[in-house]
This record gives sequence, C-alpha cells and structure tokens, in this order.
Amino acid sequence: MSLISESSLIFVRQMRLSLRSPAWPIIGLFQPALYLAFLGPLLVSVAGAGVDGLPAGAAWRFFVPGLLIQLGLFGPLFAGLSIIADLRSGVFERMRVTPVSRFALLAGRVMRDTVVLLVQTVVLLAVAYVFGLRAPLVGLLLMFLFVAAIAVGLSALSHGLGLLVRNEESFTPLLNVAAIPLLLLSGILLPMTLAPAWLDVISRLTPFRYIVDGMRTALYGDYTGSVVVTGAAVAVVTAVVCLVLGARLFSRRHA
Amino acid sequence: MPIIQATGLTRTFTVGGRTVEAVRGVDFEVRPGEIIGFLGPNGAGKTTTLRILTTMLKPTSGRATVVGVDVDADPAGVRRRIGYVAQAGGTDGNCRVAEELILQARLYGIGKQDAERRAADLCERLDLTGLADRPIRTLSGGQRRRTDIALGLVHEPPLVFLDEPSVGLDPQSRSDLWTHIRRLRDEHGTTVFLTTHYLDEADSLCDRILVMNHGRVIAEGTPDALKRRISGDVISLTLGGDADHAKAVLAECPGLDEIAVSGQTVRLTARGGEQALVWLMRTADQAGLDLRSVNIARPTLDDVFLALTGSSLNENHS
Repeated sequence: MSLISESSLIFVRQMRLSLRSPAWPIIGLFQPALYLAFLGPLLVSVAGAGVDGLPAGAAWRFFVPGLLIQLGLFGPLFAGLSIIADLRSGVFERMRVTPVSRFALLAGRVMRDTVVLLVQTVVLLAVAYVFGLRAPLVGLLLMFLFVAAIAVGLSALSHGLGLLVRNEESFTPLLNVAAIPLLLLSGILLPMTLAPAWLDVISRLTPFRYIVDGMRTALYGDYTGSVVVTGAAVAVVTAVVCLVLGARLFSRRHA
Repeated sequence: MPIIQATGLTRTFTVGGRTVEAVRGVDFEVRPGEIIGFLGPNGAGKTTTLRILTTMLKPTSGRATVVGVDVDADPAGVRRRIGYVAQAGGTDGNCRVAEELILQARLYGIGKQDAERRAADLCERLDLTGLADRPIRTLSGGQRRRTDIALGLVHEPPLVFLDEPSVGLDPQSRSDLWTHIRRLRDEHGTTVFLTTHYLDEADSLCDRILVMNHGRVIAEGTPDALKRRISGDVISLTLGGDADHAKAVLAECPGLDEIAVSGQTVRLTARGGEQALVWLMRTADQAGLDLRSVNIARPTLDDVFLALTGSSLNENHS
C-alpha cells in the first residue's frame, strides 16, 4: 500500500472523529474572534493615519495574519494531546503493530489538523470581512498556503512531543510556555518596528516574526518583495524541519 | 516447526540511572495450534517479553523468531503475520465498532469490500452483531474486550498475542471470553499466546503454561503436569494454639511429604490425602491440639507457584 493511501486511511478516521465532536475547533475560533471583535476596532483607531509598520487604512490587513498565527499556535500546536489520549487508550499501539508505515500514522493526523486549521481560516477571514477586512484575492489565497505550512509544522512537532512527554499534565504547560512568547514576539498586536532594538533582535530569532511579516505584506498586495519571499521560505523550512523531527519521534522502536 | 522460538531473550531498562533487568534470559518454543499462557505476578516480565515478540520492543540480547520471521531482522514481516491485543485494549470510545474493524483491516492492506466482509464475519463470530454501528464507549466491558480481540484478528493471523485478556471483566464475561478464545483455536487453528496473572484462567484455558517470575521462565508444562509436581494432596489445618508446636506434633504422622506453617495454618502435602487426614485428626486429638478447621484439596497452580517461588501468586498480586 502506498504512503498516500495509508495516510488517507488515518486522515479519514481522524477527520470523522473531529466531525463527531466539532466543539474544539469552534472553541479554538472563539479566542481569535474575540480579539477581532473587541480589539480590532481599537487598532483601526490607533492606526489612524498610519504608524511605522502599519500603513494608513491597513489595520485589518495588519491584524488578521496575527490572529491566524494565534489560531495555529493554540490549535495544531496542541494537537499532540490527541496522541497522548491514543497512547493511553492503546489505539496508537494497535496501529503501530500493523505493517502501516509509521510516517503514515503521523501524516494522516497532520493532514487532519491542517484541514481543520484551513477551515477555521475560512471562518476567521469571513468574520474579518464583515468587520472591514478588504484585501486582494491573491493575497487572501496566499494566507491559506502560509496557514497550511504553519499547521503542518506545528502539528507534526506537537505529535512528536506528545509521544516524548506522554502525559497531559506536563505537555500543556510546556506548550503554553512556548506558545505565548512565540505569539507576542511575532508582533501580533502592534508592529515590531515600534520595538526597541533588544526586543526587535529577540523577535527576529523566532520564525513567526518573518512569517507574520510575510503574510501582512501579501495582504498589502506585494507578492514578490523580499518580505513575502522570506516569510514563505521561513514557513516552509520550519514546516519541513518540524515534520522531520516529528517523523523521527514517530519511528522510534518503542515510542 | 515451532511458531515461536525464543532463545536467550533479555531486556534491561534504565530507570532514573538504575538498571532494571525486566527479562533475564528467556528460552521457549510454542507449537502451532497451542493455547499457551505466560503465568506470573505483575512485574514478572510477561508483558516485556510479549512486547519483544510483537516487535514493540528491541531485546537487549537474544533472538526470537515468530511465524518463521526474525523479530529483529524483519519487524514489519512479523507484524504482518501476528495479531496483538494489548492490555489497554486499543479502541477510542468515540469510534464505532465496524468502522474501526474495517480501518484495521485496511491498515493491513486488505481491500475495502473484503475489509467490510471480514468486519461483519468477526462481529458474528465474537457476538458483536447488532453492535457494529454503536459508539464503542456504549459497550459493556466484555463487549469492548471482544472488540479489541476482533481488531487483532482482522487479517486472520496464524498467531495472536493477548496481553491479560480478562482483566477487569466480571466472571460471566470472563468465561464467555474463554469460550471465544478456545473456539479461535478449535475452529480456526489460531495459535494463542496470552499472559495472565489469574491461575484459573491459565488452568482452564491454556494447553501449556510458562511460569514466569523475576524475568525468568521458572517452569513449563501442561497445567496437570505442573500440578503433578506437587505430589499428592494439600491439607490445611487451622489451629487455635501455637502452630509451630502443632507442626512438630503432626510431623510424626506417616505418609506426609512436606509440612509448613503460615500464620495459624499448618499446610501439609500427602500422597494419600484422605488416609493421612485420619492420622492427623487422631494425632491432633491425642496431643490436645485446638483444631479449628480442616481443608483437603487437590493441588492448584497457586500451590505450584508457591512451591516454585516460595510466595503465593495471590499475595504477590495484592
């Protein structure tokens, strides 16, 4: 059996489970939606005639990519919780004892998380449109590519870490410790160009800084500039590195 | 040719800087069509050995071939040929029975229609018909366990490993499960390798038992052969007074093999239990011992375990 058909068997199973309890993806949307509704309008006023790194009239195009990162950091990054549940119930071992490739067991789950995040993105963009987001179509389509890369990377990493950590009590705080700084340092609420030098330097050490800058620039309508290209490159490299790491943890003999 | 051959298997773990020898040199063979049981207390190394044989764990040293395939050289080949049902089971309560059976079959590379047919067959064989579309969380313990076992059988393996299959089941579900396991062998010729710390399970279900303790196989044989190792019958006398004194008095009786004291009870083995009992009662009377109760029994596997290890399997467990 090919890797693709093996992965899609797992994907279909996981997707079915998600559809059966759709509460989590909906709850996951709740937080970014609150930011959109209760913080977005303030940002529009603050931006006013434009500040450094936030062009006049671009407040929504500036704000939405940060919320998409937030959605990713609190969705796929925590997807590993499900592998811990599968370890406990024996589901994972039951699948591992079949001849299916270990990578397919990971890939099917990552595909599910990616699809969920893409659907959440559609919803968030629609809500943002209601509030006043207007952006060129190509820029909006590029959002989905960025989001897919983020989902693949974070989900694969999270599943691998789940196998390593093996219990929810350590896993959740561990990820919270990582997620909050990553989120703040990406410059989700205000442009990092306002940051003092030291903060700017730290921010440049995290991948999401480049990714979010690339996404914003794409929404401004500049698709070929170095910022978008750098952002896309960082997103893809991060996804590949995380995927390789996750796959390695999955293929250990006694994970 | 044996369906399982294990030679000098060992496995050590490092826990917090300490080295723990979970399995210390295990050798055995299993013939096709046997129901074979690993009997021993928790922590004896049963599950670790099982995980080596099912390729979930690499042995520290030693070799094993399972269904003719070396576990180390070709783990995927072993996995294709065996079924494995872990102690934890392997189901998600939100999934449905047939759905999971079909998926599991397809993970073994079985086509969609064939997978559906097998799922229906297995539901029928394991009394799960009518439950096929139920979420697994709504099943009873016994039904859920039979679902676990069905999942291990979708690819019709010649050999299936069951780790503590009846833990947590009520007596009715247990004997029901035993019937299904026997039928698996009788009607399909499947070799069944199970671990258990229940003596009655090993006794009534297994053709042959490997007794495991502290990482070693300390005895093997049919349940009857193992029990014959304890010569004669087991007599227990419970006394009101000093049991050690009683032991000294009763040891004078003819026909006794072994005599031991545990608490207020003197335990004896005798070749002709009924005759010895007459002597014992008479002697006890004459010596004025405060005899409270008497019990005579055929030896159980627990007596075997006690004789082999010096501790009772039940005490060990609790």
